[in-house]
Amino acid sequence: MAVRDRVQTQRRRFTAGVDEVPADGASIKAVIEDLERRHPGMRERLLDEKGDIRRFVNIYLNGDDVRFLDAINSKVKDGDDISIVPAIAGGR
Amino acid sequence: MATTSQSFPRLPADVNRGAPTDVHERVVPLDEVVPVGRAASVLDLVGNTPLLEISRLTAGLIPAGVRIFAKLEGFNPGGSVKDRPAKKMLEVGIAEGKLKPGKVILDSTSGNTGIALAMLGATLGYPVELVMPSNVSRERKKIVEAYGAKIHFSDPMEGSDGAIIMCRKLIAQNPERYFKPDQYNNEANALAHFETTGPEIWRQTRGQVTHFVAAIGTGGTVMGTGRFLKSKNRAIKVIAVEPDDAMHGLEGLKHMASSIVPGIYHEKELDDKIQVGTEEAYEMVYALGQTEGILVGQSSGAAIIATLKLARSIREGTIVTVFCDFGDKYLSTNLWIGWQEWRPERMQQVIAKWKNK
Repeated sequence: MAVRDRVQTQRRRFTAGVDEVPADGASIKAVIEDLERRHPGMRERLLDEKGDIRRFVNIYLNGDDVRFLDAINSKVKDGDDISIVPAIAGGR
Repeated sequence: MATTSQSFPRLPADVNRGAPTDVHERVVPLDEVVPVGRAASVLDLVGNTPLLEISRLTAGLIPAGVRIFAKLEGFNPGGSVKDRPAKKMLEVGIAEGKLKPGKVILDSTSGNTGIALAMLGATLGYPVELVMPSNVSRERKKIVEAYGAKIHFSDPMEGSDGAIIMCRKLIAQNPERYFKPDQYNNEANALAHFETTGPEIWRQTRGQVTHFVAAIGTGGTVMGTGRFLKSKNRAIKVIAVEPDDAMHGLEGLKHMASSIVPGIYHEKELDDKIQVGTEEAYEMVYALGQTEGILVGQSSGAAIIATLKLARSIREGTIVTVFCDFGDKYLSTNLWIGWQEWRPERMQQVIAKWKNK
């Protein structure tokens, strides 16, 4: 499934500064694995050692927090929007 | 307070091992902090915060010759350390004629500084407008609004840089209307700590402080306090705490390598910098609540982790760190996701991980 990942400022160093990147996968987990293939280093920032979403990371699927869906296993459809936002404003 | 002990008496060792403390024997090493009994304005309630010895959490983890004290900045009227720089920046602004009747106080802030400005603006009679990313905690938004401040929300995807840019635009549209305290570049920020936090710590430890550890957001606390302490004793070590990665969840803290470096932050004045992970800092927040009976925000978790790492690397000393605020305003945030699974034994595992590094 082709989806778009909106990339917030702190992750743009993995995407050469681009603020929106394409990704493939049928679930949030698969999309993150695909993002890792395209932009190495990203998975470690988003998932902990157990493969769960890090506590300070919020992932939104079409605007809904995936913690209220099926978390990492939430199903993703063609054309969905994924936003990954750290829980805090961060940066300056 | 009547007690005037000349040195900090140590707690009996068994207290440190989690045995309930006899309240009649507890040590209150704060005799020289005189709380204000009556004040004409909340301005007069800023500062003069207590030091709390952290001894239960650290029992068995640090050398016997090391003592750790945390300055509890949550006792400020606005609930955080930011009351100090906010007060000083407004005072200097008024003294220099930049802030005068008819002006609106405007700044970009993701949290405590906004709360402090909103509170002080209310008591001084100035309108306050704040720019913040829309993903700051709900409590914070409500608190500043309760003080009568107006919020402009910026895009959360742009982080706090987005708030800064929006703030600049607002000022460009109407430059005469606003006074911008600009905590990142206003030396009054560090000066507030040079004039208050530093002297308080010096007095409260009777000059025995050997290390000062503070997390960096603007760098104001570590710079100003550090300068004062070094002016009293050049041997005092000043250590900054920062997140270990650009992508972190330590609200209020700054990962310097990936950030616009604040104008008031001068790394060469520091003796060292300790990096901390978000998750270990969160776990320390849970640990502080359950061992010391003190509920703080995540930046205090980061401060105590760094302090513990430092404490384990020295043989003796008196380390003072800063707990920037209490934890109430973070209860709705990610800080508390999954905390029910946390167990006190987990702290030993966290420490063990440092040993292996």
